[in-house]
Amino acid sequence: MRPIRPTGLSGCRRSAGASDSISTHSARHRRGFSTYAEKRVVAWGAPWGLAVIDTLRLTAEEAAGLLERNEVSGEELTQAYLDAIDERDAELHAYLHVVGEKGKGVPLAHKDLITTKGIPTTAGSKILEGYVPVFDSTVAAHCKEAGLPILGKTNMDEFAMGSSTENSAYGPSHNPWDPTRVPGGSSGGSAAAVAGGLAPWALGSDTGGSIKQPAALCGLVGLRPTYGTVSRYGIVAFASSLDQVGPITKTVRDNARLYEIIAGRDPCDSTTVDLPAPVEIPSAEDLKGIRVGVPRELNEAEGIERGVAEQVQKAIALAEQLGAEVGETTLPRSVDFGLACYYLVAPAEASSNLARYDGVRYGYRTPNNGDLTALYERTRWEGFGAEPKRRILIGTYALSAGYFEAYYGQAQKVRTVIAQEHAAAFESFDLLISPTSPTVAFKLGEKAENPLAMYLSDLLTIPSNMAGLPGLSIPCGLSEGLPVGLQLIGPEFSENLLFRAGHALERAIGFDPVPERLRG
Amino acid sequence: MAELEPVIGLEIHVQLKTRTKMFCRCENIWGDDGNTRTCPICLAHPGTLPVPNKKAIEWTVKLGVALGCEIAPRALFHRKHYWYPDLPKGYQISQYDVPLCSAGRFVLPTEEGDRAIGIVRAHLEEDAAKTVHVGGVGGRIAGAEHSLVDFNRGGTPLVEIVTEPDVRSPEEARRFLQLLRQTVVELGISDAEMEKGSLRCDANVSLREPGAEFRTKTELKNMNSFKFVADGIAAELARQRAVYESGGEITQDTLHYDPATGRVAPLRSKEYADDYRYFPEPDLVPVEPPQEMIEAARRELGELPGARIRLLEAEIGFELASGLVTSGRDDLYARVPGDRRVVANVLMNQFAASGVDPANVNAEELGKLIEAREAIPRAAFADALAASGNGEFSADRYLAEAAISDASELDPVIERVLEANEAQVASFKAGKEGVLGYLVGQVMRETGGKANPKVVNERLREKLRA
Repeated sequence: MRPIRPTGLSGCRRSAGASDSISTHSARHRRGFSTYAEKRVVAWGAPWGLAVIDTLRLTAEEAAGLLERNEVSGEELTQAYLDAIDERDAELHAYLHVVGEKGKGVPLAHKDLITTKGIPTTAGSKILEGYVPVFDSTVAAHCKEAGLPILGKTNMDEFAMGSSTENSAYGPSHNPWDPTRVPGGSSGGSAAAVAGGLAPWALGSDTGGSIKQPAALCGLVGLRPTYGTVSRYGIVAFASSLDQVGPITKTVRDNARLYEIIAGRDPCDSTTVDLPAPVEIPSAEDLKGIRVGVPRELNEAEGIERGVAEQVQKAIALAEQLGAEVGETTLPRSVDFGLACYYLVAPAEASSNLARYDGVRYGYRTPNNGDLTALYERTRWEGFGAEPKRRILIGTYALSAGYFEAYYGQAQKVRTVIAQEHAAAFESFDLLISPTSPTVAFKLGEKAENPLAMYLSDLLTIPSNMAGLPGLSIPCGLSEGLPVGLQLIGPEFSENLLFRAGHALERAIGFDPVPERLRG
Repeated sequence: MAELEPVIGLEIHVQLKTRTKMFCRCENIWGDDGNTRTCPICLAHPGTLPVPNKKAIEWTVKLGVALGCEIAPRALFHRKHYWYPDLPKGYQISQYDVPLCSAGRFVLPTEEGDRAIGIVRAHLEEDAAKTVHVGGVGGRIAGAEHSLVDFNRGGTPLVEIVTEPDVRSPEEARRFLQLLRQTVVELGISDAEMEKGSLRCDANVSLREPGAEFRTKTELKNMNSFKFVADGIAAELARQRAVYESGGEITQDTLHYDPATGRVAPLRSKEYADDYRYFPEPDLVPVEPPQEMIEAARRELGELPGARIRLLEAEIGFELASGLVTSGRDDLYARVPGDRRVVANVLMNQFAASGVDPANVNAEELGKLIEAREAIPRAAFADALAASGNGEFSADRYLAEAAISDASELDPVIERVLEANEAQVASFKAGKEGVLGYLVGQVMRETGGKANPKVVNERLREKLRA
């Protein structure tokens, strides 16, 4: 009998119909980005005449412009990021694997749960140490087809369970604004890489807030797309009904560009749908006619830092100046029950999704495997960190016979209520607005020993996630010298509106995404 | 105490012979070298997702219609969790509270009239991989040195059919299963071969006083022939009877029937945990079989085997009718001319033994052969039947070629036999004509069964009278 390796390497193949839509997709990208050069991002080193690329400041759009005008080659561009990685990643630990593929497009970093063919994919876990996938996730394939070379795979909380990257089996990442602080999580490595100039843009994934919160804590733009718009095929699963991949970028326009590359129905993921409208790259600078709701519970929740609230208040005032109709609204049960509901649904699904890590076919296998039970128990005991173990325990309990209705079943009903509450709010408003995270970046170790305090980091991002809604976090100022994130929530498939509003606010706020301590 | 009545429910698994597996694009063929039909999906690599096989859904609907089931407008897949190396995801994608097919009724004709066996449900799931235990006894895990897993089978579409506890005897269970198998085969959705595992049967068995409450049942697992299903259930019923007679109680166990010893024994309980932690599969959307699919299944449904048994019964009796239909030979029976009972008997006995595919047979020629069967030796008849599936088979030519009718070839043999059996020759001459049969038999044996018995008979008489 042969060893247990896949003999059909592709797994799922996107059908002819789908590849058609993919080629249209790439064709759009080959037309190139429109560029604008407001800031000086390239200096000419006088003695050698070589471009010195300021990776801290360069946006992906600007990078695309440099490539299009042949001011730098793809190789030089990638090299600039590899140099920055050499210089700063020892401090930031944004990457788990640096790949440095050479290519013609703007390079990007993938969160290490995005399956990449031939490149290690560990999901931040020891149990996947040494696992090298034989196939590409759909999003990785889309990026490849769009010509974006891979810089590397970024650090994350193990299996995306956490809000600080401190749950990574490979050590935490550090916030480029203050390396004694966390970059947020679970996509903290992707956020640290972009904020630290180690990647022009990156992909993360968001289950309870894992894109929006690190984007907020690192002064970046993060989109959690509508559930079902981005394929999960090849995304190491945490909680299947919530997981969604999205971009972390310096600007809203970059974000829309990357979203355009990854979004769309995928025959390999039955839960995806066609986008109702093509992605629009935003250019409007006002909010005229947009009704913005301020949900009381999301803005007045206990634990929101005063500095965070102040910056968000300013942004709301600014929105009004830009022409938005701002009004108060309410999501009474969503915030009260959202977190509790999430911590039943997500662990329940995780306990199931993580059952496949048994040491039989790939990944870590205990050396102490006496018999089958020992193989399972010890592999999993030694391979999983504390947080996955905690969630597997909670989730297994919640799904057990006799408890299912009381826990998972009930949580799903509450989820419907949360979705209905949001839908009701969207009858009067086009968008909802709130802080993304109740706090700015906290100190490494500050919450590591207190899982409940850590869970509260996602208090404000979880409710709309439970409803499957898209959310965009943009930076709206500093508190105590650290970035504050503003969360915009829209109805299903309202990404274009989120980009439009996010872009207008971004222009008006004028936030400088380069960490103060790194500004030249 | 009143005579206890058997209460039997069956759980039948049917592997669908779709081109590809249930949730991936791997070819659905096994028996090849192990682990050659695998991909990241059926090996449960991280991040992979299932995509349901449309054909498998269509075929399950087809089967559901044949079983008189209601087809769910919006069926759900669930995850069923247990730990075993044959289950790479740690869960099987199956169906739970909203199966594709439910509330059916399958009519089993018997000599005493129709028996309606209720169908609780028929649902679609993926098969587990195959574990091979090396070094133990009889391929079982107990005592094995090591185990291998072949994932070629993993992910094969599998339909599970669950009956109401309506079956009342081991024999009825066997008949039900045979009729169900024939139905599945005729739908063209499975080979349904028990010895290959593409049809598998478990039975829930209990006893009760007629009409009284059900008592504790036991589950008999994986009996891999029709005979073992009947024998296994009979053995378990006997065991339960003995337990009750000695004043004991039955405990809810999972048992294995060992045909070698004729006994049932408990399976290692760890292999079958009871808490499967079912929850709706979040990677799949609900299955909504289109109305056209259901209507097409109804439209294309031919006359079911049960009904055909009833039609043939008047002509040849229940047993032969049932045998012909459940063996798929009733179509040939209808085409072969000749005495109805004779044709039916030959088809059920000698023809069945020949292993010839009825579809390949020229019915006219087969009719001629059956007509002439008494004129030819048993072995030659068997040979002729075995050849009846060849395209250019001709009964006349075969009869002419197959049997030794040539006196010059037979005479020396006949002489030898007469010399060697003086006593019998003497008693024939003394008027005991019955010995002739013995002498014919001896000649047939000498010629390896190839002699034409009619000619031998004639020659023997001639010589004995000489």
